[in-house]
Amino acid sequence: MKLIIAVIKPFKLEEVREALTTIGVQGLMVSEVKGYGRQSGHTEIYRGAEYVVNFVPKIKLELVVPDAMVDKVVEALASTAKTGKIGDGKVFVLNVEQALRVRTGETGDDAL
Amino acid sequence: MTDKGISGVRMTMKRLTNFAGVAAMTALAATPALAQEPITFDKGDIAWMSVSTILVLLMTLPGLALFYGGLVRSKNMLSVLTQVFSIVAIVAVIWIVYGYSLAFSDGGALNLYVGGLSKMFLAGMDLNTPAATFSNGVYIPEYLFVMFQMTFACITPALIVGAFAERVKFSALIVFVVLWVTLIYFPMAHMVWWWGGPDYFAAQATALAAATAAGDTAAAEAAQAALSANGLLFNWGALDFAGGTVVHINAGIAGLVGCLVIGKRVGYGKESMPPHSLVMTMIGGALLWVGWFGFNAGSNLEANAVSVLAMLNTFTATAGAAVAWLLAEWAMKGKPSLLGLVTGAVAGLVAVTPASGWGGPVGCMFLGIVAGVVCLIFCTTVKNAFGYDDSLDVFGVHCIAGIIGAIGTGILVNPGLGGAGIPDYISQPGSLIVADYVFGTAVWAQVKAVIFTLLFSGIGSFIIFKIVDIVIGLRPSVDTEREGLDLAEHGERAYTV
Repeated sequence: MKLIIAVIKPFKLEEVREALTTIGVQGLMVSEVKGYGRQSGHTEIYRGAEYVVNFVPKIKLELVVPDAMVDKVVEALASTAKTGKIGDGKVFVLNVEQALRVRTGETGDDAL
Repeated sequence: MTDKGISGVRMTMKRLTNFAGVAAMTALAATPALAQEPITFDKGDIAWMSVSTILVLLMTLPGLALFYGGLVRSKNMLSVLTQVFSIVAIVAVIWIVYGYSLAFSDGGALNLYVGGLSKMFLAGMDLNTPAATFSNGVYIPEYLFVMFQMTFACITPALIVGAFAERVKFSALIVFVVLWVTLIYFPMAHMVWWWGGPDYFAAQATALAAATAAGDTAAAEAAQAALSANGLLFNWGALDFAGGTVVHINAGIAGLVGCLVIGKRVGYGKESMPPHSLVMTMIGGALLWVGWFGFNAGSNLEANAVSVLAMLNTFTATAGAAVAWLLAEWAMKGKPSLLGLVTGAVAGLVAVTPASGWGGPVGCMFLGIVAGVVCLIFCTTVKNAFGYDDSLDVFGVHCIAGIIGAIGTGILVNPGLGGAGIPDYISQPGSLIVADYVFGTAVWAQVKAVIFTLLFSGIGSFIIFKIVDIVIGLRPSVDTEREGLDLAEHGERAYTV
């Protein structure tokens, strides 16, 4: 099992969700986050005051999938979240040691 | 001796007639001295003025409160709402106790500057007590006039708090407001708006003419004195239809002085302090525009064609200013912003306030355009150049647009430019005629009124701020300011997850 963490542009969320559902992903965690990478921040102007906003709003996706699905998921993320402009985000893949479905007590891939 | 006395009276009479037939509208009050026929009120006037009164309250609650509240950081949202709401309630109480009396009653020896205490607790008033309007023979209940003017007294100190939002101790602010309305606002209102009313002027002008013809110097002087028993700025011939000097320049300069005395916010210029909700600001700004129709068109004190003109001008000037700010900001900064659009509208509303019953609709549209561009420059370039922290641009919008409007009124009142002309209640007692327009005289009266207001309110506010600072302390601790005034001062939070 792998944990896939993806940080994407907020307006891409719906497109990404549809793509993941199509390839058989059955669960997804989403949170609104702020941060910066190479994009750095942007400038906001309120009357005379200009502020550099360092932390840009992003969406963080977290999903755990069986090893066999990892490549498909990463590929789906890479193609649908992409605009080609700076700030498209990043995808991380981590190992997961164990999983448990609370209701039934199933573990491993069965719990996903 | 007798001849000299009479010619002196004539000269003064001429002076009054010339510039003043007079001026300053929104106001009036003095009980009419005509006992001939019982006064009846017009239902239309009462209905319109009742609605106007509510509209002006709507400007402050929730209009101004949301307009300001949206512009601060979320940790200070409730402090701004609390300040605005409590100022309205406190000033309303003071207004009934002694405020109305100081603004709108005869002040005896000090009558040029401030009223007396004869109407404390609305003494001597009942349902039938009339208040004069600007038309001969037209009256509204004085109770209605008391309420309408009360809403003006309530909004003016509330405007000031934007200049030092996010960094003032609530207790100190309340003490400041009580002192400020007592020592600055009520006298200003009296100086600009206190006069006897059209019928009183007609009666005194008739008496003056009769006495002069009969060679009765004593009677002539008495009538002359009665005609001059107005507020100082009123006697100067300054035109202020709905409160450009009394409300906006007055509050704007007090705000500038306040933000200088209190100092900049902790982290100003280093940390980002963006508005926490421009949605709230848009709602508040829009309510200000809606409510301002009561402010300007209601300042006519009756429902007639002049209130319609004031209403139309409040549309044209505001729209002109909003468009001007939007386009100018788009050109200068690269993007058309919502905040710019709303702020431009407020600048236009402020600028048209003194002109609303005097200028023509097209003239007022240009007045708004000028105000929109000039205020944009003040709120961006000038403020940044001088480095003062007028948090919500009270000075840059209210004082600057107020000055543009006040001086613009002296120009736009010219019938040649579509204006209503300078009113003259004296030359033909009993009817309102338009006096000759003289550019220099009209504009100079406005400039004098602006300078007087800047000095009177600026210096007076400075002294009051200093006294409150020494006795109570205007500023909360740095830790309190960092934490936010909502939790530290009020024990509440605007938004909980």
